[in-house]
Amino acid sequence: MAQQRDPAVSAPVSTSSLIEGLDADVQVSRGAFALSAHVRVPGGEVLAVLGPNGAGKTTLLRTLAGLIPLRQGRISIAGTVWDDPATDVFKDATERRIGLVFQDYRLFPHLSVLDNVAFAPRARGVKRAAARAHALETLQTLGLDALAARRPAQLSGGQAQRVALARALASGPAMMLLDEPLAALDARTRLEIRSELRRRLTSFSGPSIVVTHDPLEALVLADRILVLEEGRIVQTGTPAEVARRPVTEYVARLMGLNLYAGRLIDPAHGRIRLDSGGELIAASIPEGLPADAKVLAVLAPTAISLHLGELPEGSPRNVWAGTVSGVELLTDRVRVAVKGAPDALVDVTAAAVAELRLTPGLEVQLSAKAGEVTAYPAP
Amino acid sequence: MSARRDTEPDTRVPWPLAVPAVLAVLFLLLPLSGLLLRTPWTELPQLLAEPAALQALRLSLITATAATALSLFLGVPLAWVLARSRRPGISLLRAFVTLPLVLPPVVGGVALLMAFGRRGIFGQYIYEYTGFSLPFTVWAVIIAETFVAMPFLVVTVEGALRSADRGLEEAAATLGSGPFATFRRVTLPLIWPSLIAGSVLTWARALGEFGATATFAGSFPGTTQTMPIYIYETMQSEPDAAIALSLVLLVVSVTVLALLRDRWLNSGTRL
Repeated sequence: MAQQRDPAVSAPVSTSSLIEGLDADVQVSRGAFALSAHVRVPGGEVLAVLGPNGAGKTTLLRTLAGLIPLRQGRISIAGTVWDDPATDVFKDATERRIGLVFQDYRLFPHLSVLDNVAFAPRARGVKRAAARAHALETLQTLGLDALAARRPAQLSGGQAQRVALARALASGPAMMLLDEPLAALDARTRLEIRSELRRRLTSFSGPSIVVTHDPLEALVLADRILVLEEGRIVQTGTPAEVARRPVTEYVARLMGLNLYAGRLIDPAHGRIRLDSGGELIAASIPEGLPADAKVLAVLAPTAISLHLGELPEGSPRNVWAGTVSGVELLTDRVRVAVKGAPDALVDVTAAAVAELRLTPGLEVQLSAKAGEVTAYPAP
Repeated sequence: MSARRDTEPDTRVPWPLAVPAVLAVLFLLLPLSGLLLRTPWTELPQLLAEPAALQALRLSLITATAATALSLFLGVPLAWVLARSRRPGISLLRAFVTLPLVLPPVVGGVALLMAFGRRGIFGQYIYEYTGFSLPFTVWAVIIAETFVAMPFLVVTVEGALRSADRGLEEAAATLGSGPFATFRRVTLPLIWPSLIAGSVLTWARALGEFGATATFAGSFPGTTQTMPIYIYETMQSEPDAAIALSLVLLVVSVTVLALLRDRWLNSGTRL
């Protein structure tokens, strides 16, 4: 599978739908930080931009919104150029018709919910009564008309989030941009809003981009995920692809997987020599991979067994020794960090921790079946 | 640890601080009580109804209000430029336009005379082409008061604009609102309390203006003799009338203080 190639290649779309969508070659730098990313989103698609803090996600969003001008590159949507330094075209945020939902919502505190939603039509010259009628219609569609008379200060977090979305949608945007839309919500509200947001974005006909550092949000909301690290795209793909075959440590950790980089030393037997030391055997190797090819292998923490002394019956083909370096309680299990060749995160039950008296410094044996090791070519 | 188990922090005041502090309070409040004690309360209505006093009172109210309006019209845009422009030299400009805050008003009056007097740098041409001479007219009063009082508005509004949430302006821009529409529909409503406070402050300063007005506009009853000038001129001949009008200005000051109490009486002044 093409993991890191151009998004337009890995998610094939016809040229005609691309014309309706966003085509942005973004090159900006601020001080030592440089962002360089080519992003294409066809109309109707929801793209999640996933990355750690400081990866350039917000910069990308602000560039698309017209709040930061490009240094190089080009941004066009539905055939209209928004920013092109080469020909000195720059449309600022006011002219772009984007629906931007800020992380902190930024509702106008001095206006009612209705007037917040009517703000964009009013700004574009619609008479007050007509703008309010349009706003009310939008609020009704989203089931928020009961809140119309309230001030933002009188809204709960979830309500404010919905109103912010309504305000962005009511502006008749060519594109929706959402900056960490659920980050400010508590866990329960987030769950509720997430599925609702998914529906709203799916029914929106233009391209949508959701910036997030929460992998679950990206997996649930998006049709496609773009992983940004240090200002560069490291991976794009469907949520399933990214979740199953992460190409960087960051994504692997987000997806809760052990990721190993190495070289295929024996294609016939699936033997991989890992860069960090040790070897893994994968039951199946993608066909046609030559010896010495660079590969990535993932192993789920639940697929690794942890033993003291004697190994159990059966013959897992991957067995190695290590030292417990950390024990962390997750909601329904315990994640044990083991130093060895290679290092691994192993999930065990709380009962096993008590039984085996797992404490840092303890020598353990790890084993994993070859069938649990997924190997794929490194990008 | 001492035996004291108060949860309150220690609030005892050492005497080297307490004694001067008490003296300071007396120093500030005794003159005011003197004014109140000497006020001819029974004759107050007649004194204030005197045509000359009424005239001064009315002129002061009109000119102070006009000066405040002029300050708003010119000062709010200036405050916006000072708060938002990143051009070099802005801080120097800020220093110059706030100079009247510390400049002795009488110097301001002299400066205005030099600029707009009948033979002033600009005034001579105004006089030459229009036959109009600014000094010693009611317009001169308004200009003198604006000169002295506008910086109060500029400083207050600029501070508010600086601390206003720029994110909301950004949100307005993404919703298609141009810079001036955003200023009118988002920024101005957000800084409304500061705008009111700045206006009250400006108005009070204009109402009490003496030095610049006396120098630039003189003291003609009915046209340029504002309350402070009237008080000064009648103090020798009719002290009771002067005291009565002083009381009016004191009441105005107390009222202003009450209006602005949230901003000033809470510790930590934010002008």
